[in-house]
Amino acid sequence: MNQGVAITGMGLISAIGNNVADNFASLISGTIGISKISRIKTVHEHEIMVGEVPLTNGELEKLLGLPADSHSRTPLLGIMAAKEALAQAEIQDISEYRTGLISGTTVGGMDKSEQYFYDFYERDLHWNHINSLHAGDSTQKIADAIGLTKSFVTTISTACSSAANAIMLGARMIKSGELDRVIVGGSDSLSKFTINGFKTLMILSDTYNTPFDEHRKGLNLGEAAAFLILESDAIVSKENKKVLAYVKGYGNANDAYHQTASSENGDGAVMAMEKALKVAGITPSKVDYINAHGTATPNNDLSEGRALLRVFNENVPEFSSTKPFTGHTLAVAAGVEAVYSVLSIQNNVIYPNLNFKTPMTEFNLVPETQLKNKEIKTVLSNSFGFGGNCSTLIFTKEA
Amino acid sequence: MKLEVYINSIGSVSVQKTFDDSGFLDEVVDYEGTSVKAVDPTYRDYIPPAAARRMAKGLKMSAVSSHNALKEAGLDNVDAIIVGTGLGCLGESEKFVRDLLDNDEQYLTPTRFIQSSHNTVAGSIALDMGCKGYNFTYVHSNISFESSLWDAKLQLENNEAENILVGAVDELVEHHVTTHQFIDHIKKEPVSREQVLRSGTKGIVFGEGSHFFVLSNQKQDTTYSRLIAMGIYNTLKKEEVSDTILVFLHTNGLTLEDLDGVILGINGDVDFDTIYQDLANGIFQTIPQFVYKHLSGEYDTASGFGFWMANKIFKTGKVPEVIRWNDIKVSQPKRLLLYNQYRGKNHSLVVLEKC
Repeated sequence: MNQGVAITGMGLISAIGNNVADNFASLISGTIGISKISRIKTVHEHEIMVGEVPLTNGELEKLLGLPADSHSRTPLLGIMAAKEALAQAEIQDISEYRTGLISGTTVGGMDKSEQYFYDFYERDLHWNHINSLHAGDSTQKIADAIGLTKSFVTTISTACSSAANAIMLGARMIKSGELDRVIVGGSDSLSKFTINGFKTLMILSDTYNTPFDEHRKGLNLGEAAAFLILESDAIVSKENKKVLAYVKGYGNANDAYHQTASSENGDGAVMAMEKALKVAGITPSKVDYINAHGTATPNNDLSEGRALLRVFNENVPEFSSTKPFTGHTLAVAAGVEAVYSVLSIQNNVIYPNLNFKTPMTEFNLVPETQLKNKEIKTVLSNSFGFGGNCSTLIFTKEA
Repeated sequence: MKLEVYINSIGSVSVQKTFDDSGFLDEVVDYEGTSVKAVDPTYRDYIPPAAARRMAKGLKMSAVSSHNALKEAGLDNVDAIIVGTGLGCLGESEKFVRDLLDNDEQYLTPTRFIQSSHNTVAGSIALDMGCKGYNFTYVHSNISFESSLWDAKLQLENNEAENILVGAVDELVEHHVTTHQFIDHIKKEPVSREQVLRSGTKGIVFGEGSHFFVLSNQKQDTTYSRLIAMGIYNTLKKEEVSDTILVFLHTNGLTLEDLDGVILGINGDVDFDTIYQDLANGIFQTIPQFVYKHLSGEYDTASGFGFWMANKIFKTGKVPEVIRWNDIKVSQPKRLLLYNQYRGKNHSLVVLEKC
């Protein structure tokens, strides 16, 4: 049973565009979204670069027709992306089939919790945000906005692989017949909490991130939301749905090496990729393009690079990291990159790994540095997170 | 052909002395307050003291409950680890935020941030036992644990794994309690264990705990029960609850007559317990009814305590007086339905059958 699960809609908001089309235009034109931080006041503003969504919360609330200061940023971004995905899949009646929503997030409503941490004690003006720290609260707000009731709605938080795992669970639930239709992806906003957390780990770059480069200095944090619509074959054939691509393979494994660092040889990453290839029922040689995790931290790129060499037996296909465009969007990185993977398949294009100059000394791996046209039937996308969490998704043109 | 799903072992740290598996609520811990902490096991029997000092409460409780669950199942390792937690190691997150605000984002250390990751418990259990398998963490309020159960059920039925460690953990944090008292989610006036479920006031008494279970598609000597059906609904109108339960039972080939008892998540919040009361006086009227949140406190994964309790009922064949909600007697129940919701949201249904 290696049948893929149909993707019929996509929605995305990131530092390089408020929708899927704008994101693709930026990828093709080489327009990056990394800049000095502007929306969050932090003492680190001169030491870090980030990928911020240009719209303010107020602008997002206005666009979505929501009351001012009613939502934290994570659900606002999520609602934008979920609505776009539903529109592309031409879903008018969300209750028509057994429909689920599975979202990944790391911060939930932390942006508001940290902002009003002491304010809550002083006045009741922002008490609407007290319960929004719950990751599940942000997902429920997305469900509310799209009118999803009486349904399977849940949230996954496995750090930077969360959205990959949400897509994986959704695909498994469609395959096993538990759901007919599922909205999968994630949403994560920037917060002082994450900025300072990553700062203490000393893995933030003070300039543009440079994945797989010998002189890489760390990552740029980003924010985004991305959702895919997955539908059963029965719906696709009954409604004659246009299928954008398929979720063909998925795998999750644990590095069991360190809470925040990847093992030197990328054991967890190797297992995740091998599991995904097995589920997809394909050999590594069928992979046309790899959208790497490629965060540009010294540890990730070395570990991931070694894992790629182990899985692809020295014949690593064209690969690149798109993090120089968007920054590392944490929980939703795999969601952003799932959309990019589908766009790669639809448009037969490989995105450049920007800012790369010098190959790493440990191995001879050189990412694609220029936009490249090539027939793309199969894309493998990696995402790795704290807690040793390693996930791989495989997307294909054919079921 | 779907395989059966068995609960092969249990492990618990909670407001009651559930870490000691020899009894079953023989001696009930009383309290009077608006929040109630877990009874600490002797952590040094499980964790080196130096390590324990740096560990969040959720991690420590889970080290004990996961260890006990694995030991009872006779396993050193599992194929997958799936943990549900509403807020993760919230105490560490709270301290990290407080530190960054108080010190203007200076002098911070990574430990608290690292332990703030929701998947810290699942990750550290994997690290400790060298488990390289599937590792997921669900963080969806009061269906965090049920999402984990559902995921495990899917994998075991399809034989994608043979043994899965499934957990539920949340810890009690002062800032969370105080701020949730502002909005009446947590009670403002102290209440006793005996009174809480009939308090007639807004909000709940907040608790904490960690519950782990080994689920397997292989029955063994230690097996407690079989997980036969599950349902999760993000929202239901009050008037839809009864029908939803009846449809759920029907879809799974069951009727109300098949149930020897229902375990209800009644938590003493006057605004939302009416949802349970309507069932207790309605479709569940002739069925033995059990409660547990006066013993566990309420928190996102308190339903883990309910799941633990159901399995203890099966294993011991006893129904302690302290959990009985109506007068209908039952001995040696064979099939139990667990129903839980919090503030009218995230309704879950779980049916367990004695093995």
